[in-house]
Amino acid sequence: MNIVCIVCPNGCCIEVNRNGDQLEMSGNLCERGRKFVEAELTNPTRSLTTTMRSNSEIMPVIPVRTDGEIPKDMMFDVMAVINQGCVKVPVKCGDIVVKDILGTGCNMIATCSVNI
Amino acid sequence: MNKEKLYDVVVIGGGPAGLAAALSADEKGASVLLIEREARLGGILKQCIHDGFGLVRFGKKMAGPEYAQTFIDKIEKSKVHISLLTFATSIEKCDDGVRLTLVNCDGVETIIAKSLVLSTGCRERTARQIAIHGTRPAGVYTAGSAQYYTNVLGYMPTKKCVILGSGDIGLIMARRLTLEGATVIGVYEAKPTPSGLTRNIHQCLHDFNIPLYTSQTVTRVFGKERLEAVEVTMVDENMCPIKGTSKIIECDSLILSVGLIPENELAESLNVACDNRTKGPVCDQNYMTMQDGIFVCGNALHVNDLVDYVSESGEGAGKSAAQYQNEKRRLVEINPDNSFLYVVPQRLNLEKPIDSVVMFFRSNIERGKTKLSVTVDDKEVYTKIYRALRPPEMERISIDFTKLPIDEKSVIKLSLKEVSK
Ligand SMILES: Cc1cc2nc3c(=O)[nH]c(=O)nc-3n(C[C@H](O)[C@H](O)[C@H](O)COP(=O)(O)OP(=O)(O)OC[C@H]3O[C@@H](n4cnc5c(N)ncnc54)[C@H](O)[C@@H]3O)c2cc1C
Ligand code: SF4
Repeated sequence: MNIVCIVCPNGCCIEVNRNGDQLEMSGNLCERGRKFVEAELTNPTRSLTTTMRSNSEIMPVIPVRTDGEIPKDMMFDVMAVINQGCVKVPVKCGDIVVKDILGTGCNMIATCSVNI
Repeated sequence: MNKEKLYDVVVIGGGPAGLAAALSADEKGASVLLIEREARLGGILKQCIHDGFGLVRFGKKMAGPEYAQTFIDKIEKSKVHISLLTFATSIEKCDDGVRLTLVNCDGVETIIAKSLVLSTGCRERTARQIAIHGTRPAGVYTAGSAQYYTNVLGYMPTKKCVILGSGDIGLIMARRLTLEGATVIGVYEAKPTPSGLTRNIHQCLHDFNIPLYTSQTVTRVFGKERLEAVEVTMVDENMCPIKGTSKIIECDSLILSVGLIPENELAESLNVACDNRTKGPVCDQNYMTMQDGIFVCGNALHVNDLVDYVSESGEGAGKSAAQYQNEKRRLVEINPDNSFLYVVPQRLNLEKPIDSVVMFFRSNIERGKTKLSVTVDDKEVYTKIYRALRPPEMERISIDFTKLPIDEKSVIKLSLKEVSK
């Protein structure tokens, strides 16, 4: 089985073979690739980037992202929560706009600063 | 007569390249003016809300606006003069450097710059630049405009769409539109291999079960006012449609992700020599174009896939512009063979340091294990083995040219050769 590591732009194509309960891997340039494959096979996670409505005068929506990775199959549930919300300005890049979204342990943070 | 304002360095374009250029020129003690035609700094990064920026530079995944913000915060604390909503309409050479005409809500102003940095970014190829038959209904957008509508204006440009071209922006928009509830019927690529990064094919298409069809293209669009359907057809190796393979797909939008070209109207007005391969100006290792005192960086120089390298070129250009003294150059041509899509820079200035010359290149085709070799008068000065090379993935190397004797008559060559396993 081949899995493409999406952790960095190298995008290594990792060949994975199961040997008993051992996973044998080749093709990954670094250890992060191994961790990625292990997660992919048990509980795949992704970071989520999107926008959220805001009361800013200049920006109808403000870019936000998860500060960690959420389970891949929860992406649409998290989107639904974000699309109900509103970011109040002023907001600074890195400020938490939704805490522990849907109990994932991840916060949504603003990814730019807006004053008005 | 009014005395025209004089700056050491004027930077045109407030994207990541221009921000880095202005900051580094400022650090070198130059008086700097940064001109941006939009209301906010950040360039294209304002709409690139996805993450993946800054891995090389900051060692972490940042969203585009976040990456830009670190530079914007710095520039707001610096001495750089910033002029927003200002458009540089024309440039001409003059005794002191260049004279620029600027237009903004206060009217028209001319200023003088001892040296100039062009960081105007790139623009997207549009429907006019590719051959599609049929009507011209609404609903045909470039991926970049779709991204602008969705991520900056906050409204959805489509409910059900087809994406033509597998460039990264198209892949990223396929995921983005799907997350916002639209149906992306498929991504169609005329070439036999996708042009975007492998990781984007995985995290943007595979993750959301969006199909990718290679060797297929859109040949016709239907619809009077709004797009109603498109016709897709398989193509052969010469990109010619194959008869009898067409099918009609109903959709309200066609999103074009067919590539970017450097934005160089200003450079052209200065008669700056351009490279046919990059479509941007020819430059030396200090990012100076073939016109003395005119520097270029970022996507205006060549279309980058990593913003980290855009900032690096901005810093290089800004620093060189600040140190520019109108001294004579001794230039040697750099000759990549045709295994490259392109190599930047295209010239080496022997009057400047050549012990760590940063070069960027793209292979013209997908290659397995490959040896890059750089020679000066047929002697190897640098080699590197790559596991694989792909045109979408730009490579960066740093070469010490002091290892071999070199003068203006030297011949510098670059080649790529596949090595058998
Ligand atoms: C859609 C998209 C997705 C990308 N995704 C990634 C990614 O995931 N990871 C990554 O590392 N990189 C990514 N990149 C690449 C990277 O973001 C770009 O290469 C980088 O932003 C280019 O910076 P720039 O400063 O050269 O150009 P730009 O950001 O385009 O900035 C140019 C600026 O110049 C201004 N300007 C132009 N002409 C004039 C004029 N005459 N007068 C005044 N102002 C002018 C424009 O308004 C603009 O603000 C992406 C690029 C795009 C387009
Ligand atoms: S294995 Fe390491 S180098 Fe390869 S893509 Fe993953 S993170 Fe990048």
